[in-house]
Amino acid sequence: MTPPGTDLLRLEGLQKYFPIRNVWKRRIGWLKALDDVSLTVEKGEILGVVGESGCGKSTLGKTVMGIHPPTGGRIVFEGNDITGLKPHQSRDLRRDLQYTYQDPGASLDPRWKIGKSLDEPLVIHTGLDAAARRERVRDILSAVGLPESHLDLYPHEISGGQQRRVGLARILTLQPTLVVLDEPTSGLDVSVQATVLNLFLDLQKQFDLTYVFISHDLSVVRMICDRVAVMYLGKVVELGATERIFDAPRHPYTRSLLSAIPQIGKQRITESFWLEGEPPDPGNLPSGCRFRTRCPLAEAQCAAGIPPLVEHLPGHADACLFSDRAVPGG
Amino acid sequence: MMETARFLLRKLAADRTAALGALLILLLIVVAIAAPVLSTHPQDVAEFNPPGRLQPPSAEHYFGTDRMGSDVYSRILFGARITITIAVIAIGVSVLIGVPVGLVAGYYRNWASDALMRISDIFLAVPQIVLAIAIAQTLGPSIENVILALSATYWPFWARLVYAETRSALNETYVEASIALGASPGRVMLFHVLPNISSSLIVRTTIGMGGTILTAATLGFLGLGPPAPSPEWGRTIAESREFLPEAWWYATAPGLAIFLVVMGFNLFGDGLRDILDPRTRRSSDG
Repeated sequence: MTPPGTDLLRLEGLQKYFPIRNVWKRRIGWLKALDDVSLTVEKGEILGVVGESGCGKSTLGKTVMGIHPPTGGRIVFEGNDITGLKPHQSRDLRRDLQYTYQDPGASLDPRWKIGKSLDEPLVIHTGLDAAARRERVRDILSAVGLPESHLDLYPHEISGGQQRRVGLARILTLQPTLVVLDEPTSGLDVSVQATVLNLFLDLQKQFDLTYVFISHDLSVVRMICDRVAVMYLGKVVELGATERIFDAPRHPYTRSLLSAIPQIGKQRITESFWLEGEPPDPGNLPSGCRFRTRCPLAEAQCAAGIPPLVEHLPGHADACLFSDRAVPGG
Repeated sequence: MMETARFLLRKLAADRTAALGALLILLLIVVAIAAPVLSTHPQDVAEFNPPGRLQPPSAEHYFGTDRMGSDVYSRILFGARITITIAVIAIGVSVLIGVPVGLVAGYYRNWASDALMRISDIFLAVPQIVLAIAIAQTLGPSIENVILALSATYWPFWARLVYAETRSALNETYVEASIALGASPGRVMLFHVLPNISSSLIVRTTIGMGGTILTAATLGFLGLGPPAPSPEWGRTIAESREFLPEAWWYATAPGLAIFLVVMGFNLFGDGLRDILDPRTRRSSDG
């Protein structure tokens, strides 16, 4: 067991490059979905990972899970190096590390009843007999607040919020220590979202879980995360405690991202929001800092080298050369 | 299981052409099993009656008599047994070879899976019937060799089909989710991929039965099927040629039998395609 407050998961310079191929399948470049990502997840915390679509959030989750083999770097989970191991190769290690899908409906086999889908992880990972497995499945189903009658339904017969609960139940049967939640609230209406979020927090207490919470919904992240990692085009640009990031963001990207949250009684978004244009093509990145093409603080220096993620303040790191400066007009 | 069977029956009842196809298939099976009971002259399969040759249809001989004076009707009924035997075994063997090959080649992405698919491509490059004729010709005319020729030339079709279906199933999130959960390759192939491609397999098997019966009849027609005096349908048509158009019943009866059976499998296969979609299951029968 890892004592609380220590690193449960450590990523060291993790890279995931996808080849870009032309019509003749010749590689003409790399799409750097994750480039030199280093961070740690402490036991018992909820680490939020935020960023625009396509910034590598999901790739981060899937690479940690072993769904994508990493191009470089190391993944250390509970002190064991699990880099590049396929899920079935590192079965016992992976038991403690689980991933919930963005679309829980699609992650359930349409031909399998809910009960069978919930049973599968137990069949794979435990030597329990059928009766004991049924017991575990029933317990977990009630823990996520679903009636037992749902065991005999097919995935398409239940609602999106219920599918989400089933997806969570499916991985919780294994009693993991770390759960990667990929966009766990997307596609749910606000009232269901609140119930699901409360469920996450309840389950965290009940099962002593650590979450990596991947989301683009900043208000949700602010509500439930302890620390936040902000990603931009495959790199972590800012990392720190949630209050610090939301109250005093340092990286210009984070500042613009946060100004996009609508707030009652605050300035209208358009006045302080200077994040213009689309992010550059991830297959053809600008030199140096990736944000410089959209950055109001950018200077010639920014093109020279990739600014490292540095702890400018204790426990609050950012990857910007000029993060101490005020934003003009912002 | 019972639930599924009842569901299929109800769906079939609603789809008339599929029901007709099912009826024709059922008829073929009943005829094949009960041939000795249903036939009027069961001994005619092996015995000849030259004085009574080439008689037109009558109350005594429903489809007339052939060049040996045997009852065509009775011989058609016994021919159904040969047809079913050839089609079922040939399809069974080619599915048993082709499906595992397709699954493994589709699941793994390495030189071995490429090699398997290139081998099946070699077979698919030549039309099935040509290859089957060549094999049957080399081995000599018999039921066993027809089955062998058909199986040897039909499995690549299944390998190719299952390969493509497996590749697309692997892109499904639920397959990825099982892999992430730690499911072994065998488990993923057998319990996730195979069940999810089974409906298209069942549909293709049904339609493939029709095609195989037609190919088997072609081999019989060319004299590569079971030798005389076998009542095989293709052979019967070949024998009847020199007596056309006077003895029209002689060629019409086996021709009609082949036509109805092949149509039966095709109609049933088309109907199954519509029925076997899990997403339309309960929502539509409420």
